[in-house]
Amino acid sequence: MRMNGGHAVLESLVREGVEYVWGYPGGANLPLYDALPDYHPRLKHILVRHEQAAAHAADAYARVTGRVGVCFGTSGPGATNLTTGIANAWMDSVPLVAITGQVVTGLIGRDGFQEADITGITLPVTKHSRLVLRADDIPVAIKEAFHIARTGRPGPVLVDIPRDVLQQFIEFDYPKTVRLRGYRPPGAGDPALVQHAADLIAESQKPLILAGHGILLSRAWDELRELSERCHIPVISTLLGLGSFPGDHPLYLGMPGMHGMYWNNIAMTKADLLIAIGMRFDDRVTGRLRDFATQAKKIHIDIDPAELEKNVPTAAPIAGDVKTVLRQLLEIVQPARHEEWVTWIEEFRAEHPSIAIPETEKLLPQTVIKAICDTVGGDGYVVTGVGQHQMWAAQYYWNTKPGHFVTSGGLGTMGYEVPAAVGTQFGAPNSQVWAVCGDGGFQMTQYELATVAENQLPIKFAIINNSYLGMVRQWQELFYKNNLVAVKMFSPDFVKLAEAYGILGLRVTDKAQVDGAIDYANKHAGPVLIDFRVDESENVYPMVPPGAALFETIDQPPVPQPTRVPVQA
Amino acid sequence: MNGNKHTIVALVEDRPGVLNRIVSKWRQRGFNIESLAVGHSEHDGLSRMTFVVDTANTDVTQVVKQLDKLIDVIHISDITDQDMVYRELALIKVSATPQNRSEIIQIVDIFRANIVDVDRDSLIVEATGTEDKIDAIIELLRGFGVLEMMRTGRVAMLRGPRLTAPVEEAVEANSTPEIAL
Repeated sequence: MRMNGGHAVLESLVREGVEYVWGYPGGANLPLYDALPDYHPRLKHILVRHEQAAAHAADAYARVTGRVGVCFGTSGPGATNLTTGIANAWMDSVPLVAITGQVVTGLIGRDGFQEADITGITLPVTKHSRLVLRADDIPVAIKEAFHIARTGRPGPVLVDIPRDVLQQFIEFDYPKTVRLRGYRPPGAGDPALVQHAADLIAESQKPLILAGHGILLSRAWDELRELSERCHIPVISTLLGLGSFPGDHPLYLGMPGMHGMYWNNIAMTKADLLIAIGMRFDDRVTGRLRDFATQAKKIHIDIDPAELEKNVPTAAPIAGDVKTVLRQLLEIVQPARHEEWVTWIEEFRAEHPSIAIPETEKLLPQTVIKAICDTVGGDGYVVTGVGQHQMWAAQYYWNTKPGHFVTSGGLGTMGYEVPAAVGTQFGAPNSQVWAVCGDGGFQMTQYELATVAENQLPIKFAIINNSYLGMVRQWQELFYKNNLVAVKMFSPDFVKLAEAYGILGLRVTDKAQVDGAIDYANKHAGPVLIDFRVDESENVYPMVPPGAALFETIDQPPVPQPTRVPVQA
Repeated sequence: MNGNKHTIVALVEDRPGVLNRIVSKWRQRGFNIESLAVGHSEHDGLSRMTFVVDTANTDVTQVVKQLDKLIDVIHISDITDQDMVYRELALIKVSATPQNRSEIIQIVDIFRANIVDVDRDSLIVEATGTEDKIDAIIELLRGFGVLEMMRTGRVAMLRGPRLTAPVEEAVEANSTPEIAL
């Protein structure tokens, strides 16, 4: 088949089973756009309003579907605008392929109009990248990009193609396989280490499982459950691991770390064995590293060998695909019971209802977020931004299923929620999608309401509007002597803003209106934005102060507060 | 061997930007690299590099693991504890007069180094050996006035038939789009 480079890119995407691309056209990638009509509707292009949104939408689509997300940007600012989204996917190990236009080959390195060295700029935040200088290389470059993005520890791959290369004609031949000498992601774990892990599990009296994003990426939730149930080991899930274990399971304990459950932080401190699976001992999980789980031996299973012993000394560091290693482990571990330990955790947990909501007539953000999470249930999706509302959503979306809680974990990108909700809804067109937004973060990407309206995506946006950059203010209150600087948020009238886009806007100012508004939004066929004017002063607890150890977790606010009523998870 | 110094040898794709990727990783992760030597290998399209890491300030296993993640790095290993030959080459421009030239030549002979350029007021010494040996000759030549010097950094190779950073054949691989969650 003879075709030009632009067609070759799109043909390659179709061969990879790509259905949606989020992007923005410009001078350098016009040949790509010129070819799009020839591939419609097999390949659908969604025009965003800023390239950052294209990357976030593709990122969320990937998290929800398990497929590779794809985004387009033009050269220069188009490409640099993608960078935040690429970095976000990098930190959270999300499979993403970004295809950027580049200035013509003769201009590269000569400061051409809209030139940016995007392979150089994204070097530290991509799993791989490539500048394609001959159209003949396009099929191989795209094939390799998808293979690298979705295998091993997933991540973003950038393919940069100059405009003249997109215009060259080639005889298209799509490779069936890739040959990469320097790329061999691990599969099975070292049997001797797996045996050692099984021995450690057999010896342990107080074991805990720490389940991370790797469980979801490797689709290993059945194996996780089997291990937990057979050996009677409680499961803690990291922020990105939420959904890897059933929320209503008696052995499920919720999230650990900076805003995790108090009982988890104490249990980790007392445990004699931590089985960390597909997670990377992030500082938000461990607290002060030298005091982290000092009494516990560690088993660490991760597909990325560089994560093993990076932060925490490990008795059994096992490099391998989580699902494969868990299956190896399940072949040899013996059933066990840890009644004393599990009972202790349950009793301790009952005494420390970490996510109790204060009893008050005020409209609290927790009340709103919990109500949304409850109504969404296991089948819907909750997408969040970054900050207080994110932590509350992580605390209250207890019953989430694999891939149904979409959040920016590692990079902590405010504004992720709006474009990520777009990607989520495209990935799950028949499901309910709630974007839980902060009033600050929402304003970073609110332009994407145009994409929502244009495509009539029935997303429900809940702005948890406390008129503050809540999490930053919380830090200023607690660690900067209440010196509140640049955190009071002026916002537009969000209801009118929604209306300006032709989106139904609602405002909720009273606790009594919450359920009705959520119900109304759910029944409305199109997109809805609700401006929840919540109490300004609430902060997120429990909290591990920055630099503190897990056993120093503050379970409840230091100042006297109204009685907090335990929440039934 | 050599205190805290670890010798790492890598086989990498000889493509534009590969060195940048490697150095970028060092910078990003805060690795402190003492020396780096890179050049063509016996295979077209592949380069070998040797670098030295001081373990006093850098976690050497992290260096190896992080670099191994780069797609363009085909093989990498820390060969410090193995039986190896390692050498460095230095060019040293020494100020020389007709009076002291023969004295310099004597030192050069003792170190089995070579004089590769002679001028009225200077000469260039080419020395090869371990870093200790090079340090020693430089120290002796300092008395005459070292005008300029250039060192290549260490190159290393395992003794015997075993290969230091062997070429691994590419394995055919394929991956299909994942199914929905």
